[in-house]
Amino acid sequence: MRLKCPVCGERDRREFYYVGDAVALARPDPDAGEAAWDDYVHNRDNPAGVTRDLWQHEAGCAAWIVVTRNTVSHEILETALAADVKRAMS
Amino acid sequence: MILKGVRHVVNLLATSPANGLLPTSRSGVSLNELALGQLTSVAPFEGQIVAVEALLGMVLPKAGRTVGKLGAELVWFSQGQYLAIGFDVDDAVKGKAAITDQSDAWCALEIKGDKSEAVLARLVPVDLRAATFKRGHALRSQLGHMPLHITRTGKDVFRLLSFRSMTGTMVYEISRAMDLLDARG
Repeated sequence: MRLKCPVCGERDRREFYYVGDAVALARPDPDAGEAAWDDYVHNRDNPAGVTRDLWQHEAGCAAWIVVTRNTVSHEILETALAADVKRAMS
Repeated sequence: MILKGVRHVVNLLATSPANGLLPTSRSGVSLNELALGQLTSVAPFEGQIVAVEALLGMVLPKAGRTVGKLGAELVWFSQGQYLAIGFDVDDAVKGKAAITDQSDAWCALEIKGDKSEAVLARLVPVDLRAATFKRGHALRSQLGHMPLHITRTGKDVFRLLSFRSMTGTMVYEISRAMDLLDARG
């Protein structure tokens, strides 16, 4: 599998560290309540299909990257800097 | 603080990271250690790139590139981070960028010869052939499992930087790849 780092270009999967669901970018408000925090900390979908994860280009430029990929076909659909994604959210 | 001089401690001899390990060569490829002198990482604060460039008197390189010449070189080092090689970074830059002395932190090797691309192809998971990785191009990747910063400095010449503490492994890995390639004739 090869991932396209927005800074470095397409690189081998071994240069990246897998973090998990990109939900980490949407941290709930401290007072959001137990249900929201339970969802944020514990509950994840396990889709056979398109998923959005956070990866880090650990052995490259150290960028945090949001990768949209298909878990069935292994197709990489989109990559973006997590910083840009977060900025667009707020 | 350690007071230096014969009255305080024995005279300390500075040794280079790969002291006693190099040079080594095989048919078509050689590996040497480089003495780069002063190394400083420069990470401009937000919105300060133009100010840093003015203070350095140099334009910062784009991602994956280098600027300047031998003895006064700036290389792209990471996201928003650059490495100044071979010259003192003016104290004035401090207010505009985070600067850190890296002189003793890195081992710098040079691999040279028409088989150097083939040796690196066994260790680095990036296409380093001249068609895509030209002179003055630089990138961060891995050498085996070790962190690596690599620059093409000539037609068949590459500069390799890795952590000083990993010098022995670095030399071993490259030498072994040189052996294996050599064995194929």
